[in-house]
Amino acid sequence: MSAVAGTGETAMGRRLALFLLLAPAFLWIGLLVILPHVEIAILSFSQRVAARVYTFGFANYLEFLTEPVYWRTFARTALLSILVTLVTLVISFPVALYIAKFARGKSKPLLFLLCLIPFWASELVRTLGWMMLLRETGILSHLLQAIGIVGQPVEFLYNDGALILGLVYGGMLFMIVPLTNALESLETAQIEAGYDLGGSHLTVLRRIIIPHAMPGIVAGSIVVFMLTVGNFVTPVMLGGKNGLWFTEQIYSQFITRFNWPQGSAFGFMLLLLSTGIVWVGLRLTGQGFSETLRRS
Amino acid sequence: MSQLADLALVGVTKDFAGHKAVNDVSFEVAPGEFFSILGPSGCGKTTLMRMIAGFEHPTSGDIRIRGQSMLGVPANRRPVNMVFQSLALFPMMSVGENIGYGLACAGISRAEAGPRIARILDKVGLGGFADRPVTRLSGGQRQRVAIARCLVLEPTLVLLDEPLGALDLKLREHMKLELKQLQAAFNTTFVYITHDQSEALVMSNRVAVMNHGRFEQVGTPRELYHHPATSFVAGFVGDTNMWSGEADGSRGPGTWIALETGAELVGSGLAKGAAKAYLRPEAVALAGSLAELAGLPNRFAGKVSTVLFDGAASTLVIRADKFPMLRATLPQAGPLAGIEPGADIAFGFTPEALKIFDGRGA
Repeated sequence: MSAVAGTGETAMGRRLALFLLLAPAFLWIGLLVILPHVEIAILSFSQRVAARVYTFGFANYLEFLTEPVYWRTFARTALLSILVTLVTLVISFPVALYIAKFARGKSKPLLFLLCLIPFWASELVRTLGWMMLLRETGILSHLLQAIGIVGQPVEFLYNDGALILGLVYGGMLFMIVPLTNALESLETAQIEAGYDLGGSHLTVLRRIIIPHAMPGIVAGSIVVFMLTVGNFVTPVMLGGKNGLWFTEQIYSQFITRFNWPQGSAFGFMLLLLSTGIVWVGLRLTGQGFSETLRRS
Repeated sequence: MSQLADLALVGVTKDFAGHKAVNDVSFEVAPGEFFSILGPSGCGKTTLMRMIAGFEHPTSGDIRIRGQSMLGVPANRRPVNMVFQSLALFPMMSVGENIGYGLACAGISRAEAGPRIARILDKVGLGGFADRPVTRLSGGQRQRVAIARCLVLEPTLVLLDEPLGALDLKLREHMKLELKQLQAAFNTTFVYITHDQSEALVMSNRVAVMNHGRFEQVGTPRELYHHPATSFVAGFVGDTNMWSGEADGSRGPGTWIALETGAELVGSGLAKGAAKAYLRPEAVALAGSLAELAGLPNRFAGKVSTVLFDGAASTLVIRADKFPMLRATLPQAGPLAGIEPGADIAFGFTPEALKIFDGRGA
């Protein structure tokens, strides 16, 4: 009889232990993910009819669609983010390939560390570094004048080029890590077999290395794309005044105009945008989301 | 022969930061030959093979294929294909795609490649497997795909880098025969690298025994087995008893050796001073009494210490006075087949069977 009572107690105890173990995760997801989004969703569907009087309605989304400056910024953010992701991928791939397959001995962790070092400083400081290099009175401008290529100071900041540069720089580590992981599992003999059977550099890259790295490519691209779309500091500091980033629109609705319902609607649009593009990307590359997460 | 040889190496040396992995190696392989390079791990055989394939470049010397120097020719332009130790099949491709990869690289159209892939798969006994993913093949099937992937390109030379190493014993025995038959069927020159002397002896027309970056001896499996040129070859190829002693060539006829344990034996070979003597277990004649071995200069009486029963490969471990431990093959058909440990036994061997080499170095 004591055994029966014992099992009852342990079953209860086990349930309690499970509940306690999962509690932080539930709290985290509930308080920091679900609750704010529910709040934002509700807010985004409320429209002001009089001072402090709100009703349910689609006015905020209609405003987004009818005001060209909003959806232009939205489209611009989407396209530039895709471009930034592609550029990051193209630049990071050889770096990751070198670290994973060609670096020997101590140089491997050293190279990895070199990629990591800039991320010890905050994004703000890193972006300020670029400003020092690129501004009118900055190092690059001075250097070009000293060599005599240009006659007067040149401003490299506040254009899309500088913006892309900053965003690519910020995203590279998040591309290099999953790519290196994916490429490290590629057996060197497979690359050699690719050459041995008559393949050119391009054939080996296209038919052996890239297919093997695909989970890493997809994982890295998702992370870099999401970070880029949601970036705020870099576009504010490096981007031009006539080329806004969508996060800046959200910021101005919430903070400058104090129009929370409008800001919430924009926030939801951004969420839909990144989800939609990631979904399309996975579809195009034929990768499953859970498989990508598992393999990278 | 230089003009006719499929592969010729001339004084090839590979220096890795002061360490000579391959040291002045020269040999020729005739068309259609099955040539093996046999050596312990670290002897330089893999480096040698990678130089032939084009993944490493010799520090000095020349590698010629059908008379044409391969120096400066990259791996993807050499008429040489390699079966890797790990096989290195492309896991994201099907069997047919794996085999078609090389054809596509050679610029052969899909229409032409299709029948060629089907034909080679039939020949290696994998007809109808073209669409199967390589991840769903057995060890032996993967092996055949790796070989078919090379043979479909009709190379001058196929290099095989211990491809049987990963297989279990039974399958390895089976694949040995199969490889030999495939090589005969395609009449392609094979250069096979292995540390397993049985693989080398069973399959090859000729074997090179390699040690410390050098070739110790090149010859047919029979020559290596019966007439080893060096102490290393005598010890490495085939099963053998090895004893140390002091050799004396002046006592004739034959070379006398006084073993460290005291026994004096007569053998063959040119040695003086510290020496090593090698005797194959199957060269030991066994008898119930010394009188039956009267014709043999070396004959001793002892006791059976252990019987190692292994069917046809059964051996006896024998102990005798002033004599080191000796292993002798026990014929399962003879009168001694049922012998038990502790029994008295006489053993003897001819001077030709006892190979004596200088003992320094080796």
